[in-house]
Parts: sequence; structure tokens; C-alpha cells
Amino acid sequence: MLEQSIFYIFAAFLIFSACMVISVRNPVHAALFLILSFFCSAAIWLILEAEFLAIALVLVYVGAVMVLFLFVVMMLDINISTLREGFSRFLPVGLLVAVLMLAAMGLIVGGGGILSDPETGATGAGQFEAAAGNTRLLGKALFTEYIYPFEVAGAILLVAIIAAIGLTMRKPRTQRTPKPGKQVSIKREERVKLVNMESE
Amino acid sequence: MIELSEVLILAAMLFCISVAGIFINRKNVIILLMCIELMLLSVNLNFVAFSHFLGDIHGQVFVFFILTVAAAEAAIGLAILVVLFRNRNTINVVDLDTLKG
Repeated sequence: MLEQSIFYIFAAFLIFSACMVISVRNPVHAALFLILSFFCSAAIWLILEAEFLAIALVLVYVGAVMVLFLFVVMMLDINISTLREGFSRFLPVGLLVAVLMLAAMGLIVGGGGILSDPETGATGAGQFEAAAGNTRLLGKALFTEYIYPFEVAGAILLVAIIAAIGLTMRKPRTQRTPKPGKQVSIKREERVKLVNMESE
Repeated sequence: MIELSEVLILAAMLFCISVAGIFINRKNVIILLMCIELMLLSVNLNFVAFSHFLGDIHGQVFVFFILTVAAAEAAIGLAILVVLFRNRNTINVVDLDTLKG
């Protein structure tokens, strides 16, 4: 019962902060509400016994990705008022689409008994090994069965680093420095021109 | 005990909120990126819920990979955004019409 009430409290905070993310005027506030929603879902993941991923969500998302978001939002000098044009115009369409999608998804998942066998009605619910911790189980799966995808993930992160640096790096400013290669390879004919003049 | 359908409905609500956010904030690229992050979060919530209720760790492995790819996507998306702002001095989607279709 306690578990359920904690779940509902965090779910309410999650929905509230998600609504604030899409509706607040200031992008900085939107980023801060997104951080709140990440915290709430990390708490829900803790309830669902995914401890490692909950901590990773807080560390990676709140610690790195959202800081990057905040940095970019604060660095860009954006005009908020022009970006808000059409907010009320698209609001009905957005709400209509959201409600329709929610109704469709709710029809599928709301009935309960998704995991149950349609013939026997038995749920296929299992339990994790009680003795092993979540991190140990996840690590075992990650480093044995999923070792190649794990390395590919590392390669993807490397590509992301290189791409981000390559995209944002400016060319160095043009400095007027002597270029020894050109200085050495210069010919006399390129610099000196002999002109015949009549003496006056 | 929490039911599976409760978590799934929560994830569905989160997903629908972010879809609505993409519709109503269609001019601001930063908010669009945040809505995509919210979508990925709701999908991850589904994976974690199924992993918990089936007692199967593979769902959590998948969440791990989704987190990795989402972090890479956020980094590259924000880098593109910074370059865009530097070149065009705007992040309004309406002004980005150089490639007229």
C-alpha cells in the first residue's frame, strides 16, 4: 500500500513536470522541469527494482545531458516572444492528438492482464534472483550476452564526441605569421623585377 | 503492489504529453529536443516496467542502450543547434526554410 502511494505521488509529479516542460514560457524553466521529471522517473524505476538504471539516469541525464541543455539554452540569446507565436493556435490540435493517442493506448494497456496467457489466464510474471543484486545481474548480461552491442554503444559515444566537436569547432582566426615553407621555396624571379630605364 | 497496467498508462500519458508538446511548441527547437527526451523516457519506463513484471533483465539492458543513444543524440542535436544559431542567428523553425521543398 505504501509502495503504491509512493508510486502515485511520483507519477503525479512526473505528469505535472512533463506538462510544465511543454507549456512554460522560458526554456530555462522548461529544462529545470525536465530535470524534475527525470528525478521522478528515477524514483519510479527504483520502485520497479531497476536500481542501477535509476542511478545512471540521475548521473547521466541530470548530471550531463541536462547540464548540456541548460548550457546551450543560456548561451543562445533567443527571442522568446517570437518563438511563442502560434502557441494557442496549435494548442487544440496538440491536445486533440494527445487525447486520441492516449485513448488508443489506454484501450490497449488499460484493461490489465497484458502478461496473462489468453487461454489459461496465468500471468507470466517472474522474479529476479533474490540473492543477486540488480547491478550484478545487469552487468552479467551486459558483459557476456551483450558484449558486442556494448562495444558498439561505446563506438557510438565516440562518434558523438567527434561529431559534436567537429560541428562546433571554429576555424582558428587568421593570424599573420611567417610561413617558413613559403619563405624557403621562394624564387628570385618572383620578388625581383629588373626594369630598364632611360637615365634622366 | 503496483499493477503493470498502471505503469504502462503512466508511460502512455507521458508519451502523449510529449507528442502534444511537439505540436504546440513547433517553433522552438530546444523545446522540441526536450520533448524527444521525454518520449525516450516514457519508452524506457515501459521497458523497465516489463522487465520488472516479467523478471527478465534483458529489458533493462535495452534501456541502457537507449540511454546511450539518447545521450549521443542530445549531444549532436545541441551541437547542430549551436552551429545553426551561430550561422542564422535564430532557432525559429519557421525561419529555417533555405531548403524549400
